[in-house]
Amino acid sequence: MSTTTTPRAVNRREFLKLTGLAGGGLALAFQIRPARGGSAPAGGDFRPNAFVRVAPSGAVTIVSKQPEMGQGVKTSLPMIIAEQLEVPWSSVNIEQGDFDEKLYGGQSAGGSRSTPNNYDQFHLLGATVRTMLVEAAARTWKVPASECRAVDGTVVHGSGKKLGYGALAATAATLEVPAKEAVRLKEPKDFKLLGRRIAQVDTPRIVTGQPLFGLDLQLPGMRHAVYEKCPAFGGKVVSANLDFVKTLPGVKDAFILEGNGKVKELNPGIAIIADSTWAAFSARRQLKVTWDEGKVAEESWDKFVAEARAKAASPGQRTLRRDGEVEQALASAAKKVSAEYLYPFISHANLEPQNTTAHFRDGRLEVWSPTQVPAAGVGMVTRVLNIPADKITVHLTRAGGGFGRRIGADYLVEAAAIAQRVPAPVKLTWSREDDLRHDQYRPGGLHFLQGGLDAQGRVTAWKNHFFTFGEGGQPGSGGSLSPDEFPGRWIPNFLAEQTMFDTGWPMGPWRAPGSCVFSWVFHSFIDELAHAAGRDPLTFRLELLGTRDEMPAGGGGKGKQGGGYSVARMRNILKFTAEKAGWGKKKFARGSGAGIAFHFSHQGYFAQVAEVTVSKEGQLRVDRFVTGGDVGRQIVNLSGAENQVEGSVVDGLGALLTQELNIERGRVVQGNFHEYPLIRITEAPAKIETHFLSTDHPTTGIGEPAIPPVAPAVCNAIFAATGNRVRQMPLSRVDLRWT
Amino acid sequence: MKYTLSVNGASRSVDVAPDTPLLWVLRDHLELTGTKFGCGIGQCGACTVHLNGVPARACMTPVSTVGRMKVTTIEGLAPAPGKLHPLQQAWTELDVAQCGYCQPGQLMTAAALLRDNPKPTDEDIDGAMAGNLCRCGTYTRIRQGIKRAAELTAGGKGVAQ
Repeated sequence: MSTTTTPRAVNRREFLKLTGLAGGGLALAFQIRPARGGSAPAGGDFRPNAFVRVAPSGAVTIVSKQPEMGQGVKTSLPMIIAEQLEVPWSSVNIEQGDFDEKLYGGQSAGGSRSTPNNYDQFHLLGATVRTMLVEAAARTWKVPASECRAVDGTVVHGSGKKLGYGALAATAATLEVPAKEAVRLKEPKDFKLLGRRIAQVDTPRIVTGQPLFGLDLQLPGMRHAVYEKCPAFGGKVVSANLDFVKTLPGVKDAFILEGNGKVKELNPGIAIIADSTWAAFSARRQLKVTWDEGKVAEESWDKFVAEARAKAASPGQRTLRRDGEVEQALASAAKKVSAEYLYPFISHANLEPQNTTAHFRDGRLEVWSPTQVPAAGVGMVTRVLNIPADKITVHLTRAGGGFGRRIGADYLVEAAAIAQRVPAPVKLTWSREDDLRHDQYRPGGLHFLQGGLDAQGRVTAWKNHFFTFGEGGQPGSGGSLSPDEFPGRWIPNFLAEQTMFDTGWPMGPWRAPGSCVFSWVFHSFIDELAHAAGRDPLTFRLELLGTRDEMPAGGGGKGKQGGGYSVARMRNILKFTAEKAGWGKKKFARGSGAGIAFHFSHQGYFAQVAEVTVSKEGQLRVDRFVTGGDVGRQIVNLSGAENQVEGSVVDGLGALLTQELNIERGRVVQGNFHEYPLIRITEAPAKIETHFLSTDHPTTGIGEPAIPPVAPAVCNAIFAATGNRVRQMPLSRVDLRWT
Repeated sequence: MKYTLSVNGASRSVDVAPDTPLLWVLRDHLELTGTKFGCGIGQCGACTVHLNGVPARACMTPVSTVGRMKVTTIEGLAPAPGKLHPLQQAWTELDVAQCGYCQPGQLMTAAALLRDNPKPTDEDIDGAMAGNLCRCGTYTRIRQGIKRAAELTAGGKGVAQ
């Protein structure tokens, strides 16, 4: 039995282009045919491409290439293939693919891009395999393929003849992969699976506690590692009591790693290797280290905040956007509103602490990691540890939460560096304290805003001095304000300036980077302007959006960042959501009220209405939360999509309620959940309602765009309920009492 | 030290330090990794197991204190192999999980709630489940899941009678 590949120029090129896998030699993985004059493929399996396998038994396996962290892609993307393949979902087996971008194309999970990047390709993949199975049946029966059709894992002929996919697999495996022109896609009206509520494929394993996650991995002879880093970011090891630590029970080794001088890569530290996790944890408590903390120890959050306040009225370091004459417009405004908004650094706090298992032997590295971007890990290991990429294997484990944290590869490179010194597979487990104190944080920020209204209550001027945090001369991830960020481009006299504090603090993408805070600031301030104008917050926003349907990128401002913005889609989703929520129709008693906000990010248009009650003692309860979302034509998995929105509402609310890190002398003060409380079930909204509006646009992702309007909707509702305007996160620092 | 534990109805022996938390005995020594490590200080509930039917934080329970208490983990929640507990059934029907990491702990806490209170209200649920964090924010589905499991349990009893 042997198989070989038979490249066919035209078909291959088309197929590869459409699967996003341009590059000649890659076809080998895609099109496996029996050797010339040879026998059937090994096992008789039909493997038309890297994603689908049809066994002679009829069993269909679909490989999920994307990292799964709870966003649901291991279910939703294979659903697309199964839909077009015309195979019952209950008969499909889903397998997690290893990292192999030559075989699968991009495998990065971030930016809500898994769906838009793969949607069309996966339709074509499934439909191509179905077309080949239909062709196989037609050849078997010696009838035209046009007389055959696929139904539920079988091909049927008009005469009543019927063959299962398994029986056709061997014949199908001898066929050319058809060009995309020869493949007919199922129409949305014929969809049986897409748009339905489908439970995640890992549910049976989740609810019965079977191994799934990175931390669950067990390998024969495996050792357990902890890694102690300097509490101050990037600090170096001067000395440590390694000789003593090595004598502790269960400890196999302890050693210092120098690090590569980059705080988001391999930090200096001490590895302790033991025969169990607890032995490693216990030994670590007796570790004594002298650190060289470096200059970062001079940097504290409070000092930066004071400096920002002192500099607020001065010009910023950079002008991000300037339209019209903002000072003149403010001077001649009928009404002027000024406010300071402040939000802190926060952590991702994945519930599964960072971890990776690595095995280094014979110059090769094998890694099991809950990572969102395996390519980043491979790249970092190659760069920092000089292990060539082709000698690195990465197995993707389910991740216990992502939220952008696992785009970073610091924990993966730590595990790899440790594994180079350990003659066995080794699992690195971060403690919760490691996780909270060595995250790559969402940067905090301050905005000093001034707005002007004319006599008719229209916004004529908007000025913002934005203070952000940088690393290496650039704002941290989520710390860059696009000149196109709404309401830039909408207001005739507009000035956005930036001042950046360069720090040694690690920052990274936190779910809907930038958007998750800018939306709160701007939609809160827009609400202030609406109330100053004496207008209804919804009407005011619709007027601000205006009557044009498209707002082009740049819009005449200095910056060309950002992008085209469909004002029409935003108007529609705003009206749709307001209607679903019954905006303006409810009478609220004092202490209760509704707030509204909208945001465009990650190609999704979202509007939200919060209804809250605040007790006289200042206790907040979210009674009802309504979301309207436009992510294009097709919701792939309705249950997964609703779950993402529900989770976004809770996540956005949780960040607003309690989350803040105090960074003092270059280190995070908080260590665990008693000091960094996350939202609990008691604080979750009583009711979350999610509505999708299908529009004639490409299908886009849903992991992030529902987050940004959550906080402003809640804060605007708090104002409606109490007259208290929230200008600081988290709410635990704000007095909400009213009389 | 040698300890013999009763875990999910089976007698299991381990040789570990007396201060080893039950969590790490289960995960590292008995290969029962359904019980999760989240915080190590009893704040997140991901390590919730039952000791003689009472929810306990395995990360705060030294193995030396377990004695003869019956340990039940998520792997032992189902009534029989191939069967699901009504909560597991409800979690599947309602697709409760996102990342799923906290869910074993949620299920163990919820199972004790339902045993003591077969028809919990939202307030009862919030009160019982307040110690279990879900970072993905599946709280509204957890409430629904517990109510659905209550229905399934009541229905099941009806059929059996």
